[in-house]
Amino acid sequence: MARFPIPTPLRQSAGGQKEVEVAGTTVGEALAALITEFASLHNHLYNDASKSRSFVNVYLNDDDILCLDDRDKTAVASSDTLSIVPSIAGGRE
Amino acid sequence: MSTLAALNATSPATALTKEELERYSRHLILPEVGVEGQLKLKNARVLLVGAGGLGAPLALYLSAAGVGTLGLVDFDVVERSNLQRQVIHGTGDIGRKKIESAAASIAAINPNVRVVRHELALSSENALDIIKNYEIVADGTDNFPTRYLVNDACVLLGKPNVYGSIFRFEGQASVFAAVDAPCYRCLYPEPPPPGLVPSCAEGGVLGILPGIIGLIQATEVVKLILGLGESLQGRLLLYDALAMRFRELKLRKDPDCPICGTHRTITKLIDYNQFCGVPQASATPATVAGEIDPVAVKARLDSGEDFQLIDVREPQEYQICNIPQARLIPLGELPKRLHELDRSRPVVVHCKTGGRSAKAADLLRQNGFTGVLNMTGGILAWSDKVDPAVPKY
Repeated sequence: MARFPIPTPLRQSAGGQKEVEVAGTTVGEALAALITEFASLHNHLYNDASKSRSFVNVYLNDDDILCLDDRDKTAVASSDTLSIVPSIAGGRE
Repeated sequence: MSTLAALNATSPATALTKEELERYSRHLILPEVGVEGQLKLKNARVLLVGAGGLGAPLALYLSAAGVGTLGLVDFDVVERSNLQRQVIHGTGDIGRKKIESAAASIAAINPNVRVVRHELALSSENALDIIKNYEIVADGTDNFPTRYLVNDACVLLGKPNVYGSIFRFEGQASVFAAVDAPCYRCLYPEPPPPGLVPSCAEGGVLGILPGIIGLIQATEVVKLILGLGESLQGRLLLYDALAMRFRELKLRKDPDCPICGTHRTITKLIDYNQFCGVPQASATPATVAGEIDPVAVKARLDSGEDFQLIDVREPQEYQICNIPQARLIPLGELPKRLHELDRSRPVVVHCKTGGRSAKAADLLRQNGFTGVLNMTGGILAWSDKVDPAVPKY
């Protein structure tokens, strides 16, 4: 199990939920479970080749797991928070 | 660039005037600031890219704090819909250039501040020439091409880029590109495809939010000038206004970063619109196939022509204003509500300005609909051209 707080820009693709709890013992399983539950999140997290997008970061607790060699195999515990941090650009208008 | 040439010719101040000693007394009695620190502020040159949501609090507080030179980059005019958050502009400034309105507010707060006006859009052609005259850049823009441009120019010139960004109820802040610090590309190597991440104009923003994030940026600017405290470099601060929670994530310098990594492939500014996949304005003809002018839509409605008019905005936007004959199906719901539309009848789609409805038109065409037209300029153009009683937002 892991918790995904859903950032505002992606909430529409996650049934309006602020936080989603998904099954899985690794980051890969948790991400897969999230996509299974909310198919439209796939577009935001993966490109056409199903590789993770480089404008979205996934953090395990406060660490960027894109930096880990084998990100998908990283273990997650039920106390863990997986954060999706998408790029936003607002500020001037 | 005569103003910039004059700027560079100025020698640093070595003393504060009597008026300044009084004005800045609460700084001067802080042992961490003192006269020495206040002189650093007075001699500092900070460039604010954007005089809007983030630029407003940045400019107000940095000028009050005594930052001697503030460069402002902006080319917009003040609109009524800006006033909910851009507190440097007032109701009487509507229609005025933002740069002039901001300069007037700054002068009213602190006439000691020199404002350098850059009334233009920052571009690959002018960014290095402008930024090189400043010590610190605060990024308060509103689009991805300019964000990458500011980042790259700051990395190439070795200037810290004090970053802030907002959307709805959430904000991000960091300090990029300072010595040995990660840059924006280390965090986000690539921008999202156009349209995937909504802008504040589409998605809305809590008016207070840019105040919080802009003042976090202002704090980091002042700390950098004074050489105080722990900078946000290497950390991404996330703020959630609804949860009233700050989180902090570690940022690492990406060794493969194309502009600040070990094997750099970007050594000069590039075409950022192309990089971000933004269509070039010149490539878009005035009338595009598959589009229809609001006046023509009105004529079709008046003549009783048989077609379906679909409004793909959000319900809260529909509440503000709508075309009575239009049926609301928000863009996000359209894929699963296609069965509600009659494939045998033509469809005209509209939104606020024409962007979302273009996506809706594409989606309908991909799903086998024929005779799909996008109303050019959305309901704002309808208000301009057909019915001025329709409020603009």
